[in-house]
Amino acid sequence: MAEAKKVREDALAVPRRRFEKVNEIIARHGKSASALIPILQEVQEEYRYLPEEILTYVAMVMDLPPSTVYGVATFYVQFSLEPKGKYVIKICDGTACHVRGSDPVKEAIRKRVGLKNEKHTTDDLRFTVETVSCLGACGLAPVVMINDQIYGQMTPDAINVILDKILEEEGDVK
Amino acid sequence: MMTVTANSVFIDNQPVELNGEVNLLTLVRKVGVELPTFCYHSELSIYGACRMCVVEIEGRGIVAACSTPPTPGMRILTNSPRVQRVRRTVLELLLANHERECTTCEKNGNCKLQDLANRFGVRKIRFGERDMKLPIDDSSASIVRDPNKCILCGDCVRMCSEVQGIGILNFANRGSKVQVTPAFNKKMAEVECVNCGQCSAVCPTGALVVKSQVNQAWKALADPSKVVVAQVAPAVRVALGEEFGMEAGQIVTGKVVGALKRLGFDKVFDTCIAADLTIMEETTELIERLEKGIEGPLFTSCCPAWVKYAEHNGSNLLKNLSTCRSPQQMFGSLVKRYWAKELGKEPKDIYVISIMPCTAKKFEAARPEFTVDGVPDVDLVLTTQELSQMIRESGLDFAAVDPDSFDMPFGFTTGAGVIFGASGGVAEAALRAAYEMVTGEVLEQVNFESIRGFAGLKEATVNLNGKEVKVAVVHGLGNAKELLNKLNSGEAKYDFVEVMACPGGCISGAGQPQAVDMNTKKARARGIYHADKLSQLRKSQDNPVVAKFYEKWLQRPNSHEAHETLHTSYSTRARITGEDIELLNSDREHKVDLAVCLGTCCYTKGSYDTLQEFIRQAERNGIKEQLNLHATFCLEGCENSPSVRVNDQIYGGITAERVGTFIQEKVLPELERNKE
Repeated sequence: MAEAKKVREDALAVPRRRFEKVNEIIARHGKSASALIPILQEVQEEYRYLPEEILTYVAMVMDLPPSTVYGVATFYVQFSLEPKGKYVIKICDGTACHVRGSDPVKEAIRKRVGLKNEKHTTDDLRFTVETVSCLGACGLAPVVMINDQIYGQMTPDAINVILDKILEEEGDVK
Repeated sequence: MMTVTANSVFIDNQPVELNGEVNLLTLVRKVGVELPTFCYHSELSIYGACRMCVVEIEGRGIVAACSTPPTPGMRILTNSPRVQRVRRTVLELLLANHERECTTCEKNGNCKLQDLANRFGVRKIRFGERDMKLPIDDSSASIVRDPNKCILCGDCVRMCSEVQGIGILNFANRGSKVQVTPAFNKKMAEVECVNCGQCSAVCPTGALVVKSQVNQAWKALADPSKVVVAQVAPAVRVALGEEFGMEAGQIVTGKVVGALKRLGFDKVFDTCIAADLTIMEETTELIERLEKGIEGPLFTSCCPAWVKYAEHNGSNLLKNLSTCRSPQQMFGSLVKRYWAKELGKEPKDIYVISIMPCTAKKFEAARPEFTVDGVPDVDLVLTTQELSQMIRESGLDFAAVDPDSFDMPFGFTTGAGVIFGASGGVAEAALRAAYEMVTGEVLEQVNFESIRGFAGLKEATVNLNGKEVKVAVVHGLGNAKELLNKLNSGEAKYDFVEVMACPGGCISGAGQPQAVDMNTKKARARGIYHADKLSQLRKSQDNPVVAKFYEKWLQRPNSHEAHETLHTSYSTRARITGEDIELLNSDREHKVDLAVCLGTCCYTKGSYDTLQEFIRQAERNGIKEQLNLHATFCLEGCENSPSVRVNDQIYGGITAERVGTFIQEKVLPELERNKE
C-alpha cells in the first residue's frame, strides 16, 4: 500500500516542468478549437493519462467549456481519464484473435495482475489491461501488446510466463 | 388549387411553391402538417439527432426533414406507410432507453415524448428496458437532472452553449454509454451553471426539470404561527393564464391575487413596487457614476443568473455591476426589516413566498448574504409553473376566480415596475427616471421603443443635460458575452447596460409555462407593455408609496440605510470545482492542511513558484512530514492572488518571496496550536 502511494505520488508530482509542458503544447498548436485533439494527444503522452485538473486548465486556456473538452476526451478510446499503469497491456479482441481464444488470455492476465470487476488499472498503478479491436497482426492471433512489445499466438500459459518475467523484474517474485 | 411552376415541390401530391425555405421541416409545417420533432428549435442550430421528422422523398427514400433543403420538383410524402413505420420504430427505440415512470414524473402531462407516443398510438414497445439506473442530480437549487429520462436530443446542450454561451452540458462517452452531463460527470451545483433553467425550458422530457418546492409552500400555508405573504413578479401575470387555457399575454393580475388569497396567503404583494424602488436606487447610482466620470458601464443586477455569470467571469466585471439587490430581495428585505416590526412580529414569523418566472431566483433567495440571523429575507421561491400546480391541486377553477387587488403597502406600482418583465424594461424604466432626475424637466414621451423587442442587442442614446448617455440592452447570456468582448476590446462603449439571462427577458424565464414558439413570448411581451400603458403612473419616481418608504424607512436613494437594506456585494466564484492535487500527505496526528491555488488568476501571478517554495521551505524547516500540501483549483480569492489556504483560513498575495515569512507567521503557529 505504501508503495502504491509512492507510485501515485510520483505520477502526480505535478511540479512546474509538467504544467509548463502543457503551456508549450498549447502554444505550439494554437488555441483554435480544432487543435483540441492533437493537444490532448500530446498531453496524454506527457502524463500517461488526462488528469481532470489539466483538462480543466486546457479548457480555460483555450476558452472552451470544460464539458466540451470532457466530451472529446471521453469519446475517443485513445484517451484515458484514469491514470494508466506502468505496463499497458492491450489484448486484441478483433475477429481473428477472438475466434482463436483471446478471451481466456484476457482472463488469465486479469487474474495474474489481480484485476477485479470493471477495473482496468491495478491500484498500485503498475498494470493497465484493456481490450482493443484490432492490432493489425491477425496472422499472429491471438495477440497481446505490452507497452510497445507485441506477443503473438498467446495462450493463458504463455502469457503467464511473460507476466512472471515482468513481475520478477519488478522485484515481485511470487 | 396551386399551379405547378418550375419552383414547385409536391408535398403529399399537392404542389407547393418554394419561397426561400431552408429546410423541408419549415416547408411542410407551412402547409399545415405538424411534423413531430424533439431536437428542432428555430432559435437553435439544426442537429438532426432525434429522427422524428422523417419524410419520404421519391427516389431518395427516408430523410430527416429538418436537415434536408428543398429542391424544385421534389416529391415529398409526410405520412406514407414507410414514414409511419420508421417514425414509430424511432419512437419505440427512444422509449426503450427511457425510464417510463410517467405517473410520478414531474413532466407528466406536459412531456413531449409522452405526447408523441400518444399521438402515434404507441401501445407496446418491442424492445427491452434499460436495466442500468443512473444517479439523479438534485444538487442545484433550481434544476433536477435525471439522466434516465434523457433521450439525447441535445436541445439543452445547444441552448446552454449557443444561446447562453456557457456550455455546462455536453455529450460524454460514446455508443450505448452516451450521456448528457456537466464536465467530469460533476453535479450541476459544482460547475458554472447560472441556474437560468433554459435547458429545462427546451427539454422535451423529464430529464431536466425545475426543482419543485410546492410541498414546502403547502407546509408554510398550513402553519398557523406564520404570516405567509406572497410577492408576484411582473412576468407571472402575463403567462399564468396559459396554464388554464387562456391566451398568452393575457393580463391575469387580479386572478393571480384572487387565487393566492384563496390558497391561504395572508397578504399578496406586488414585486413591481420593489422594482420601482430598484429604479430609484440604481438610477441614483448611475447618475453618481456619470457625475464622477467612473470608467466602464454600469451593469444591471436584477437578473440572478446574470449576476452569477458575472461572479464566475472575473473581478473586472463585478466592480461595474450595480450593487442594487434584485427587486425580489429588496422586497424580502423591506418586509423582514421594517414591515414585520410595524406588524409587531419577528422576521421569523413572516414567511415570504415569491412567485417568479425564474428558476435562478431560487438560488438567489438561498444566497447566504440574504439571510439575516438565520432568517432568510425570502423564504421560498415558486415558479409560475409551480403556482399553477398548486392551483390545480387545490381544485380552484382559475378562469372563475374573482379578481382581487394587491394588498398595501406593497401593492401600488407604476408601469415602470411592470416592464421589468420584458427585456429592455429595466433600462427603459431607468431612463424614464434618469431624465427627470438629471434635467429636472418632466419627461412627456416615456416610451423608449428602440430598446424593446427581441433583437440580440438594442441601443438607445439619451441626452441628459448635454451629456449623451449610451445605453445597451442584451438578453441571452451569449449576447451578453459578445457585448462584454466588445467592451473589453474597446470596440463598444456604453454608460449603462441591461442584461437579462433569458432570451426576451423574464417573460421567457424557465419557470414560465413551457413556450413552444416565439409567438407566445412575443404575446407575453405585448401583455407587459400593455399593462404599462394601462398604468396610471408610468415612472418609478412618481410612485407615492415608494416615496413613503424613503420618508419612513430609507431616508433617500443610496443613503446609508438604503445601502444596508437594499444593496449587496459580490465575490468571484470558481468556474468549476476541482479535486486537489495532493503533493505532500502527512499521516501524523499533528499536521497542517495547506493548499496553494493554481486557478487561472493565481497561476498567472506565479502561484507555481509559491508552491515550489513551500516544498523547499517545508524541508528546510523540518515540517515536511507534518504538512498536507495540495494544489487546488480556485480558492475564490482572485482579487488578491496568489491565494493560500491554511486549514480553513485563506490568505492572499502569497508570492514565492513571502513564503518564508508566511511559514514562520502562520504555518508554524498553527502546528503549535494543534499540539496543544
